Amino acid sequence: MKSRFKNDIMLVSIILVVALILFLFFKFSLKTGDMVVISINGETAFKLPLNTDTEKTVKSELGENVILIKGGIAQIISADCRDKICVHHEAISKSGETIVCLPHKLVVVINGEEET
Amino acid sequence: MKNTTQRLAFLGVFSAFAIILSFVESLLPPIWSAVPGIKMGLPNIIIIFLLYRFSIKEAATVSFIRLLTVVLLFGNAMTFLYSLSGAVLSLTVMWLLKKTNHFSVVGVSISGGVCHNLGQIIAAVFLLGTKEIGFYMPVLTVSGTVAGIFVGFCGIILLKYTAEFKF
Ligand SMILES: [Zn+2]
Repeated sequence: MKSRFKNDIMLVSIILVVALILFLFFKFSLKTGDMVVISINGETAFKLPLNTDTEKTVKSELGENVILIKGGIAQIISADCRDKICVHHEAISKSGETIVCLPHKLVVVINGEEET
Repeated sequence: MKNTTQRLAFLGVFSAFAIILSFVESLLPPIWSAVPGIKMGLPNIIIIFLLYRFSIKEAATVSFIRLLTVVLLFGNAMTFLYSLSGAVLSLTVMWLLKKTNHFSVVGVSISGGVCHNLGQIIAAVFLLGTKEIGFYMPVLTVSGTVAGIFVGFCGIILLKYTAEFKF
């Protein structure tokens, strides 16, 4: 019983250390981005500069999302998806930051396509 | 379990419990809306219970029935693959960890919570073709751990209070 408890603690420690390493990895690999890349179904649909204020309505057969770029940050301001998770997501501005609308297979990512 | 009818009724009742817990969970306000997928994993209480009291077979059956029902009611083909991936990875890892006999119910439940999120992220990376979703991994790992601890203790309580109950 006692050794199981010890193993549990060890398991949690390992998980948390891995999470911390991942977190630091992502944090330090982030730079302020300059492009907003919107992709649908894994394919890049639009690339918009982050420093130009725009409002873009992205339509696909799965639905509609309205993406607002203002003051160097991007966010989804409205969508007709069921869960509205993408609308509630906070605004993004740093390289690698992502907003996902899973029902619409839509991904908004800052500087997403640079490496490929 | 003695016969097929009893078994079916039993699986039905527990599937209903799991579906109700999914529903209750969907009514709770999002804990942190900035990150999709942070959940308490309440239905996993039932899955853990079945895994310990019976076997992987009952746990997997109920898990699948719950998933299918919830997706039919609230989801689409995308969320089906997404949830399925999380459920399969989570149940497999919990089953293996339980088999080693080196972890408590809480430890097993934690592995389930973390793997549930991990499975969903892996599915999302493949489905959406963007590896940037991995960005969510650290916070979902921690939230999976916290949820797993809660679910584990609920599981222990449930197992304890039904210890004398003959199914
Ligand atoms: Zn959405």
